[in-house]
Formats: sequence, C-alpha cells, structure tokens
Amino acid sequence: MPEISDPVSGRVWQRRLVLTLLLAPALLWLFALIVLPHVQLALLSLRERVAPHVYEPSLSQFGTFFVEPLYWQVFVRTALMSIVATALTLLVAFPIAWVITKVARGRASALLFVVCLIPFWVSETVRALGWLILLRESGVLPGLLVTLGLTAVPVELLYHDATILTGLVYTSLLFMVVPLVSSLESLDNSLIEAAYDLGASGFATLRNIVIPHAAPGITAGCIVVFMLTLGNYLTPNLLGGKNSQWFTELIYTQFIVRFNWEQGAAFGFLLLGLSTGIVAIGLRLSGQRFVDVMRRS
Amino acid sequence: MIASLPRPAWLRTATVLYVAAFLIFLFMPLVIVGSFAFNDANYPAPPWRGFTLDWFTGSAATGRVGLFHDPDLLGSIWTSVTVAVWVTILSVTVGTANSFLMERYRFPGKQVLSVLMLTPLVIPGVILGISILSFSSRVAELADDLFGLDLEFLRPGLPLVVLGQFSYIATITTLMISARLKRFDITLEEAALNLGATHFAVLRTITLPYLRPALIGSAAISFLMSFENFNTTLMLVGSDAPLTVMMYGRMREGASPVLNAVSLFLMLASAGLALTLLRGGSRAESAAAAK
Repeated sequence: MPEISDPVSGRVWQRRLVLTLLLAPALLWLFALIVLPHVQLALLSLRERVAPHVYEPSLSQFGTFFVEPLYWQVFVRTALMSIVATALTLLVAFPIAWVITKVARGRASALLFVVCLIPFWVSETVRALGWLILLRESGVLPGLLVTLGLTAVPVELLYHDATILTGLVYTSLLFMVVPLVSSLESLDNSLIEAAYDLGASGFATLRNIVIPHAAPGITAGCIVVFMLTLGNYLTPNLLGGKNSQWFTELIYTQFIVRFNWEQGAAFGFLLLGLSTGIVAIGLRLSGQRFVDVMRRS
Repeated sequence: MIASLPRPAWLRTATVLYVAAFLIFLFMPLVIVGSFAFNDANYPAPPWRGFTLDWFTGSAATGRVGLFHDPDLLGSIWTSVTVAVWVTILSVTVGTANSFLMERYRFPGKQVLSVLMLTPLVIPGVILGISILSFSSRVAELADDLFGLDLEFLRPGLPLVVLGQFSYIATITTLMISARLKRFDITLEEAALNLGATHFAVLRTITLPYLRPALIGSAAISFLMSFENFNTTLMLVGSDAPLTVMMYGRMREGASPVLNAVSLFLMLASAGLALTLLRGGSRAESAAAAK
C-alpha cells in the first residue's frame, strides 16, 4: 500500500502533475521576464541599422563606446564614484552597526536598529526631495551657513560630486547596516574581552578579530550597495543635475530620448558586465559564494 | 569597545556624538520635507512664513492648488495603488508556488533554477526595464507581422510596469515565503493525511495558516516596493505616470510645496505599514522592504 506508507508524496502521477503546475509559473516568470528579454537585449546590442528596417550583425555599438570619450569617461566615472560611495557607506555604517550590536543593550539596541530602518521605508524620491530642499542655493543649509557667518552669501551645495556621494551613501546605508548587524551579532563578546585581557589595543582587536569575523557581512553589504549605487538613476540625476554624468542616464537617453535602442542595449550590457565583474572580484577576494551572499543580505 | 569592558570617557562621548550625528543625518531630509509642507510660501525654502494647510486643502479658487485638489497627483497615487495591487497579487502567488516547488520537490535542473531565481536582484532596475521593454516590443512586432494582431498591452504602459516590477519583486516574495516553509514541520501534514484529510484540506487548514505571517509580510513588502519603484518603472511607463515618476517630473520642473504634502502623506502611509509589520515581522523583512 504505497499511498499509506508515503502519504505526503501521494501517487506518482499526482505528484508529477503538481510539479508541472508549480514549475509553470516559475519558468514563465524567469524565461518571459528575465532570460528572453536579456537575449533580445543582447541581439539588439549586436546589430546595426544600415537602412530603415534593415539590420546587420555588428559590434559597432560597442565600438562607439570606446571611440567616443564621453561615453567611456562617464562609465569609468560611474564605476569609481560607486566604489567611493560603497567605501564611505561602510565607514559610516560600521560604527552604527557596532553600537547596535555591542554597545547598546536590550531595548536601546533594538530601538536604535528600528530607527535606522525607518527612513528607508520612505520612497527614494521623497528622500531626494529632502536633500534638494536642504542643499539648494535658497535652501536650508546655505541659509544656515550665512546665519552662522561662515559664508557671506548663500552657496550652491547641489550639483557637486560630494553632493551626489552624500545622497548615494544616504540611500545605501540600510543595505550596509543590516548585513553588518547580523554578522556582528554572531561575534562572541568573550573573544573581544579575551583580546582586551591579553593586552590587545582596540585597533589590533578590530583588525585581528572583528573584521575577519564580520568579513561575510562586509562583503554582502558592499556588494549590494555597489550594485544599487551603480544602477541608481534618481539620486545622481536629481542631486547632480547636469554634472551628474551617471551611466544609467546615458542608457535612458539612448533608449527613451533618442530611441537608439541598439546603442542603449550595448550600454546596458556594459553596465551589467561592470556590475557582475566587480561583484565577482569582490566574491573572489573574500572567498564567498554568490548564493550565500544573496541569502545573507 | 563593547559594553562589558571599561571605556574611556572620550570614547563614550564620541559614541554618543556619533550616534546623534548619524540620526540627524538620517532624519534631517525627512523632517525638512514634512515641515515645509506647512510653510506659508509658494516655494519650499526658508524662511518660515507661518503655518498653513493650503498645500493640502487649497484649490484653484485660493490660488494655491493643494494635494486634495490636484487631479494629476491624486490620479498618479491611484495609478500607483493599482499597479501595486497587481504586483502584490502576482508576486505573492508566484512566490508561494515557487516556495513549494523549491522546498518540496526534486527535479532535474533545480540548482540552475534556484540561482536563476536570485538573478533579478543583481540586475540593475534600469536594465530590467529596458530588456523587458525591448523584448515586449519585439513580441508585439512579431504578433503584428505574423497574425496582424495589435497587442496594445505590450507597448509601454501600466501592464508592462506591473510585469517589470513583478520580475524582481517575485524573487523577494519567494525568499521570504521559502524561509518560513523551510521551518515547517512536515509531520503535521503527514498526520493529517494519515487521518484521512485530502491534500487540499491539508493545504487549506494546516500549511497555508502556518504560512500566513510570511504571506502577509511579503504582500506588504511587495506593495511597498512596487509603490516606491522608480528605475524599472521609468523605462516602462506610458502616458499614465505612477506617483514616483510624476513626482520626479515635477521636481525637475521646479519645486512646489504640494510635493512636500504628497511626501508627508507617503511617509505617514509607509510608517503605518512599517509599524504594523515590525510588530510581528523580522529584521529580514523590514530590510528587504527598502529595496
């Protein structure tokens, strides 16, 4: 009586049917919305329009990228700015994660953690609006600087690289704080106490005990922040204005404004390649697997 | 250093100062956005000119069109809600199916599928948007060429926005629901089946009630993420702009305190949602929310 000996699995044909029914939505989702669209994007990027409705396979879209200095300069700039923003986010978030897990206790720790999460429930558009009102020439901070006598006239604080970095760090903090907190939480306090008792300096403890232990969290946070920063559009665009020069803006311009989908698709793949490449390097350096990192973050 | 070890006074002071500075950094933009919704001026900038509710209740008659009399803004909120409801239904349904598939079944290619399910999280939103845009217009083109069909829903517009957002939010619902299903004690189902319950009855009375917190949590997160999505939406949007795209457009034209009023409304709405969830939710859920 196989049905009773293994009641959960049921009859074989029944199980097959359910498996098929469950596979259908997953495959439909992944193929119709992820795999095939990227295949189409790849095909687009590898062809060239020679006449209306006539296309030829070609690498010229990628050629344009390397020949036109503006394009690859924006690409390199976006990559570098994203790396700087990721590093800054780590520097700002680490002490807070430390306070949450190791200094504050009980309710204070839980409260601080929740308070850190709150701003990220609010749309990025709203947060960008806040920075606009704070930083623009007629805004709150320039006015404050004049009142304090630090500047004679209101200065424009928007449209600088530092503004873009501030906005990016602000937007990314949560994605750094959460993995850092979860990796620091599992660090046994007695290890730090032992290091202290044996006379290690704070810096030595940090370098030899804390950072090796938190490495998976640091990697996870950095990878997620880097990817989100690289693919961000709103924050660089609004806070940087014309000076933002962000690569996603080039993609938008080619696709939506100029309707040059072939070029836009090529840019899209370059961005995807950059993102995957740097993530792969990060994983290699820290010796971790992609699936584990994604689960952790 | 940690709480159980002696900390010099300067370190204590520095810690407090750092946390205070951090919190100011975190909340200053939000406080500013909220408070300028009540400033009696035509431009959201200092100085403070007194308290007014014009930016909520004003109409064309009073010279200041407030949020409640701005059909475009109200319409875009409604558009966002409609999109978010569809995305939520799709993502939670598919996420639940995926969880059962990945937790309960073995089949060839399962490893590949589980990695593939995570990929939407690593693809920048802009690229998800353009790839779906180009693929759907290719499909529309083919349908037109081969069958003479005009498939309107494949052109930029709300159906594509829904699909675009769903394409990565489904990953998050899958992860959230799987995490709970993994901890389910399968002997409960076995006991019910041994006692003669049908598979459907077991699902309805045992497994789904157990999954309820994860289903509610993932629905709330899907709704919020859909409502706040910008990157993917921007690439797929047609003539009806959801709220984030509408706000972005207005912010580029120039600021008006009515945007502060909408923002305050959004903040209150998501704060309400967050508090309800945090009460019963986990850290992972609230963390996923902001993506």
